Amino acid sequence: MGTPQFASFYPDFYIERLWEKCIKCRRCVKECSYGAHIWDEKKKTLLEDHTKCVGCHRCEAMCPTKAIIIRRHPSEFREHALWTPWFIKNIYKQADQGGVLLTSTGCALPFKNYFDHLVLDACQVTNPPIDPLREPMELRTYIGPKPEALEIEEVNGKFRLKKKLPPLIKLEVPIMFAAMSYGAISLHVHQGLARAARDLGTLYNTGEGGLHASLYEYGSNTIVQCASGRFGLHVDYLKAGVAIEIKIGQGAKPGIGGHLPGEKVTEEISKTRMIPVGSDALSPAPHHDIYSIEDLRGLIYALKEATEYKKLVFVKIAAVHNVAAIASGIVRAGADAVVIDGLKGGTGAAPTMFRDYIGIPIELAISAVDKRLREEGIRHRTSIIASGGIRSSADVVKAIALGADAVYIGTAALIAVGCTMCQRCYTGKCPWGIATNNPELIKRLPPEVAYEKIYNLVKAWAHEIKEMLGAMGINSIESLKGNRDKLRAVGLTKEEMEILEVKHAGE
Amino acid sequence: MPLELDISHLHYSQVNKILRDYIEKGEREFILRGVNGHRYLFAGISAEIKAQLYGTPGLDLGAFMRGPEIRVFGNVQDGAGNTMDEGKIVVHGMAGDVVGYAMRGGKIHIYGDVGYRVGIHMKAYMDKVPVIIIGGKAGDFLGEYMAGGIIILLGMHSIYPERPLAGLFLGTGMHGGTIYVRGKVKESYLGLGLKPYALDGEDEKILEKHLKEYCDDFGLDLSEILKEDFIKIIPYTHRPYGKLYAY
Repeated sequence: MGTPQFASFYPDFYIERLWEKCIKCRRCVKECSYGAHIWDEKKKTLLEDHTKCVGCHRCEAMCPTKAIIIRRHPSEFREHALWTPWFIKNIYKQADQGGVLLTSTGCALPFKNYFDHLVLDACQVTNPPIDPLREPMELRTYIGPKPEALEIEEVNGKFRLKKKLPPLIKLEVPIMFAAMSYGAISLHVHQGLARAARDLGTLYNTGEGGLHASLYEYGSNTIVQCASGRFGLHVDYLKAGVAIEIKIGQGAKPGIGGHLPGEKVTEEISKTRMIPVGSDALSPAPHHDIYSIEDLRGLIYALKEATEYKKLVFVKIAAVHNVAAIASGIVRAGADAVVIDGLKGGTGAAPTMFRDYIGIPIELAISAVDKRLREEGIRHRTSIIASGGIRSSADVVKAIALGADAVYIGTAALIAVGCTMCQRCYTGKCPWGIATNNPELIKRLPPEVAYEKIYNLVKAWAHEIKEMLGAMGINSIESLKGNRDKLRAVGLTKEEMEILEVKHAGE
Repeated sequence: MPLELDISHLHYSQVNKILRDYIEKGEREFILRGVNGHRYLFAGISAEIKAQLYGTPGLDLGAFMRGPEIRVFGNVQDGAGNTMDEGKIVVHGMAGDVVGYAMRGGKIHIYGDVGYRVGIHMKAYMDKVPVIIIGGKAGDFLGEYMAGGIIILLGMHSIYPERPLAGLFLGTGMHGGTIYVRGKVKESYLGLGLKPYALDGEDEKILEKHLKEYCDDFGLDLSEILKEDFIKIIPYTHRPYGKLYAY
C-alpha cells in the first residue's frame, strides 16, 4: 500500500443519479472531462467517482432525462468555527502533494462588498426622471487624456478647435472586456468577444497570449496587451489594436507573474505565443525593464514611439495598499488610461492565497485614485478603467459614480457563455469549452454562441444603465462620472464613507 | 551613398519621424551623427535598412524593431534591442542594463561589457533564434528566465579586470536556449539547479558560426577567441515550475 492521499478521501461534491430516470445513455461519461462518470462494461452500469467531480454541473445540464443532481458532498466534519472543511482539505492537499494551492476566478472570501452597501438616487417631484425609451440617453465614453481647456477660434464664421485633440477611443458603452489570453480561454470565446465588442462599439483585450491570425480584422475594437513575458509581441501585434495595455499586475494575483503550463501550449497556442509546443509559458513577476516610475515611462514611450503615437497606452495594476500614489505615478509616466483591477478580479490560474488575500476592494481603490488625481490636478490626463467583481449593471453605475470612466468585465462575460464558477480553469479541462483549448472540448462552445450571449448581456446592461441614469434625471453617462452625490451608503463606517466620499443614507 | 544626418539638436521622436519618412521614400542607408542619449531610435521600425550611429544612443535602441542593421560607434545605454524581432545591433563599445530583453530574433554583438539583466526572457520559435554576443563581462542575472536563443559571453574586452566573467544568478529560471561562456564560471554563480557542461561537436559548430560573424564585425581574430575552452549552460528542465502546485 502506498502513502494514503488524505485529500481524496473527502470529495467536495456528490453525484446523485436518479436511477428511475437514468436511461444509461452514457452522455454523462462523454460530457465529463474529469472522468467522474464511469461506464462499467462488465456490469453494464454507470459508476461515479465523486473525488473527481469539480461541481461544474455539465453532466446535470446535458443529461437528456435530467437524472443527475450535483450536490455538496453530504459527509460532514465535526463543526469547528476555525477549522472549517476548506482549511482541513487544503492542508490535506498540501500534505499529500507539497505544492502551492492553485485556484481560479476571483477572491472567494466574503470580504465586505462595498457595491452592496451603496444605493443609488432617483428623482421624485422636484426634478423629473427621464425615460430612455422616449428621450436620447448617451452612454458614449471617450477613453484617453483630455486637454486642460479647449481653445476655440472662429474661421469664416465657423467655430473650430484651435489645437487638434490627442487621439481618443470612442466607446458606445462604458463596458469593455477584460484581458483574458488565448490560452487561458478558447479561441472561440476570443472570437465571440471580438465580434461582440465590434457590434457593441466597445473593446476587448487580447491578454498576453498574442493575437490569433483570425482576429486581426477586429483591430479597431482590440486592446493588445504587453505583459512581462512579451509573448507573441511584435510590431504587427502592437499596431493591430487601438490601444496597448502594459500589464503590471492583476487583481487576482498582485505581485506575481503567470505560468501557462506546458500542457496548455498546443499547436495553435504555440503559433500565437511563438513558443515551442508543450513548453511552459512563464511570465516573470516584474517587467525586467521596469523597476521604477521612470522605467515605466521608458516603456510607455517606447511603445508610443514604435507605433508612431497612433495608439493609446494603458497601464494595468492590481489595487494594492498605495494604489492612489502608484496611479499618480502612472499618470505622470504618461499612461493614457490607468486600469485598476481589484481584490475580486478573476484569473484562469492563481495561487489560492494570492487570489483570496492580496489586494484591496475595487470600490475603495476607484474612489481613492479618482480623489488623488483630482487633488493633484491630473485627473483629466487619464481615464480610469475599473475591474474586478463587476457583477451587474448597477455595479457599473456605482463604479462610474465613484470615479471610473469605464469598467472591464471578465468573469461576467464568461458566465454569460455558460461558466458555472467551478473554479478549475487552471486544469485546462473546462467541460463547458470556455477555459480550455482541448480541440474536442472547444466544440462545445461555438464562436457564434459565445458572440450572441456576450452581446445580449452587454446590450441588456446598457439598457439598464440608461434606465438608472434616467431615473436619476441624468441623460449622459458623463454626468455620472465621479458624481458621488448619486450614491448613499448603507451600513458603512465613517472612515469607509470618507474614502468613498459618500454620505450615509438619510444624510 | 548613405544619408547623413546630424541629430544632436533633434528630439528622438523627430529623428524617428525623419527616418520613417526617408525609409518610406526608399532610403536604405543612414549615418547618424551627434547621437547623444536619444531614446528609442529605430523603435518599431520594420524595414531592411542599415545605419551607422556615432555617439551614445539612449534607452531602448531598436526596441521592437524588425530588420534594421544598426552599428554603433560608441556605447549604448539601457534596453538596447528590447523585444527586438529581427535585425542586428553591433556596438563598438559597452552596453547598459537589460540588453535584448524578451528578444525574439536577430543579433546583438557587443564589443565590451554589459550591465545587469541582459538577455532576460529571450525566446526562440521555429527558425527564429536570437543571438547575443558579449565581448566583455556581464552583470547579475544574465539570461534569467531564458526561454530560447543563444547568449555567448567572452569576457575578453572588459574594463573591469577585478570582476567575475558573469555576475550572480546566471541563467536563473532558464527553461530554453543556451548560454556559452569562454572560460570558467563558479558554480555558486549559476542559477538554482543549473550546471556547466562541456561542449559537443554541434555546439562547436554553432559557436564558430556565430563567433566568425562577430569577429568580422569587429576585425578580431577567431583563433584567439577559440584558444580558451568554453562551457555551456542549458536548462535542467523545460518545465522548471511543473511541480510547484498542488491540485
